[in-house]
Amino acid sequence: MPSTLTTFGYPSLDELRSSPGYPARERAEKGPVAVIECVQEIPCNPCETACPRGAIRVGIPITNLPALDADKCTGCGVCIPKCPGLAIFALDMTYSATEAALSFPHEYLPLPRPGDVVVAVDRGGKAVCASRVLRVSDRPANDRTAVVTIAIPKEHADRVRGIARRSEGNDIG
Amino acid sequence: MTEFDVAVIGAGPAGLAASIEAARRGCRVLLMDSNLRPGGQLVKQIHKFFGSKEHRAGTRGIDIAVGLHREALEAGVVFWPDTSVYGVFPGGALGAVRGMLGGEPRGVVVRASTLILATGASENAVNFPGWTLPGVMGAGAAQTMINVERVLPGRKVLMVGSGNVGLIVSYQLMQAGADVEAVVEALPRVGGYGVHAAKISRAGVPILTSHTVLRAFGETEITGAEIARIDESWTPVPGTSRRVDADLICIAAGLRPYARLAMLAGCRMTYSSALGGWLPLHDRAMRTSVPGVYVAGDVGGVEEASTALEEGRIAGISASERLGMIGAADAARDREEAEARLSSLRMGPFGRPRYDAKEAIYEEGANACPRP
Amino acid sequence: MRIVHHPVLGEQPAARTVEVTVDGRKVVAREGETIAAALMAAGIKVHRYTRRKGAPRGLFCAIGQCTDCVMIVNGMPNVRTCVTPVADGMTVETQRGGGPAQAGGNTRRRSAGSGDRVRDGDD
Repeated sequence: MPSTLTTFGYPSLDELRSSPGYPARERAEKGPVAVIECVQEIPCNPCETACPRGAIRVGIPITNLPALDADKCTGCGVCIPKCPGLAIFALDMTYSATEAALSFPHEYLPLPRPGDVVVAVDRGGKAVCASRVLRVSDRPANDRTAVVTIAIPKEHADRVRGIARRSEGNDIG
Repeated sequence: MTEFDVAVIGAGPAGLAASIEAARRGCRVLLMDSNLRPGGQLVKQIHKFFGSKEHRAGTRGIDIAVGLHREALEAGVVFWPDTSVYGVFPGGALGAVRGMLGGEPRGVVVRASTLILATGASENAVNFPGWTLPGVMGAGAAQTMINVERVLPGRKVLMVGSGNVGLIVSYQLMQAGADVEAVVEALPRVGGYGVHAAKISRAGVPILTSHTVLRAFGETEITGAEIARIDESWTPVPGTSRRVDADLICIAAGLRPYARLAMLAGCRMTYSSALGGWLPLHDRAMRTSVPGVYVAGDVGGVEEASTALEEGRIAGISASERLGMIGAADAARDREEAEARLSSLRMGPFGRPRYDAKEAIYEEGANACPRP
Repeated sequence: MRIVHHPVLGEQPAARTVEVTVDGRKVVAREGETIAAALMAAGIKVHRYTRRKGAPRGLFCAIGQCTDCVMIVNGMPNVRTCVTPVADGMTVETQRGGGPAQAGGNTRRRSAGSGDRVRDGDD
C-alpha cells in the first residue's frame, strides 16, 4: 500500500501515530519517553531485549511491530543505539518551560559537542530550527552509534529528528 | 592431489557457516575463496544487522565475519584464500588455481566426495548512455572502496536503485564523507526497508520514486547525469528531466545468483524472479540434483547475509549426514533448529515473498534432489 | 581521496607504504591495498581503453568479476586491479584493447574471470 514512507522514504506523523511504538502526546507531556518509528514488519527485535524495564514488546514472530508500554518506559534511551534501523528516539517534553530534549542516534562525523549550536532537521532532512547540543553519549556499549541529545523549542518536538549532516568530518586526503 | 571430506567454495557467511557445522561434526573440511580474506561481502557490511539474538542482531557485519572466521579455525577448517576453483570434474575432483593474486599461480586438484557451493551473487547492471564511463560502478563496488579500502570513489553521488543495497550504501557513502545528491528509483515505491530510507532522508537525501537515469554525462569520467520522472509505462514524462551533478553514479539494481560452478557441476537449474534469477534447484536440506553437491546462501537464491548463514548451517549438517558423521535423525533435528531461525527471517512484507519462492523451490527440489 | 576518519571504522591505521609507477608517474600506495584503491586514492579513474571504440573504462564491480578494471601490470596485460594487491616497485600501465601482447600478435592468457560482463560488446 502506498504511504509517505514508501513514496518519499520517511514516515508521516499519521503513519507513526497509528503504530504501536509511538507514544501518545499526553504521555510525552509527563516526562521522558521512547519514540519508536518502526512501521514496517521487518524481522528484528533487539529493542525488546535492550529495554531493562520490559517496556518494548515484539514477541513472536519477530516481524511484529515493536509495541511501547509507555507506563513502563522511563525514556532512558538505552534502546536508541541498539536499534539496527536507527529508528528509536527519546523525547523529554519536561526539559524546560519552553524547550524539549530530543535524543537520537548519530553515526556521522564530526560528532557534535555539548554546547554546540546546530541545525535541527525534520524526517526529510529539512532545516527546522537552531538547537543546542546537551549531551553526546558514545559509550562502548553503544557500539559506535553515538546518541546525541539536543534542546529544541517544544513546538517542534514532533518534527525534529536529527541534526544537519556536515560533510567535512572525515578529513578526506 | 589433496583429499578432504568436504570442499566448500566461497568463504562468505554461507560457506563459513557450512564449514563450521561440517567440521564440528568430524568432517575434514577445506574452505576455498578467490579473495585474500574470508568473510565474503560481510567484510564491507559496517552496519548493525537485523534479526534477533540468535541471528546476532545488532552486531555489525564486519564483526560477524571476524567471529565466523575464528569459529571456523577453532573447528579445524582448513582455509585456502586466493584460490579460484575453475572446474568441477566427475568423481569429486576440483580444479583450482592458488596464488593468482599474491605470489606465483599454481594449479591444484582437490578431491572431496562432498561439495558445498556458496559462491554468492553478483550485482545486476542497468544500461543507459554513458553507463560504461569511469565513475559509474556497482553500489557494492563503491561499498568495497569506502569500507574495505577506505578510499572515496566520489564526493557527489547519484544512487540508482532504492533497494536495501542502494539505501545502505547511500548511508555509508555519507558516513565516509560523500554527499548523496539523490536516490532514483524506477518503481513508484521505495524498494528497501523504510528504516534505511528514513536514515538517509534525515540526512537530506531525496529519494525520487518513479524516476530513472536517462544518460550519464562526461568524456573520460562522469560529470553528472540526466534524470527524469517516468510514468506507469516506464516512459519519461516530458518536461521533467533535469541534470544532477555527480562524480559517482552507483548502480543498485539487485543481485543475481553466481551459479556458474553449480552449472559446471551439472546441477539442474530453475528460475525464480523473487530470488534473483536462475539458481541451482535444491531441497530443504540444501541438496542439489547432483548427489554430494550442496548449495547455501545467495547462489541458491538472493536473500541476505543472515539467511545465507542459516542455509550454510543446514548444508553443513546435510554434508555431515551424507558422510556418516551423524545419523539421519540427528541431522533432521539439527536442521530443524536452523530452519526455524530461517523461517523467522522470511516473514513480513519483505520476507514473505522470499519464503513463498523458497518453498516452491523446495517443493520442486524434493523429487529432483536425491537423498543420501 | 583517502578516508582518514570514520565514525564506525575509526582512524585509518598506519601502514607501510610502497611505491608503484603508473604510466610513468610515481604513486605512493598503502601496503596490502589493491591497485585499484591506490589509483583511486591518487585520483586516477581511467584504467583502460576498449579495443575497437577506444572507450575509457574504470572500476565497476570491485570484486574481480567484471574485468572492466584490467590493466597492464609488470608487463602482463588483463590483470584485475580491483583484487590484485600493490607491491613495491610494481609498474602499472593503462591498457589499450587487449594490451601489448595483442599488438605483437601473441596470444597471452587473460586473467581468470574475464568476460563475465561484456559491456556494450566492445570489451
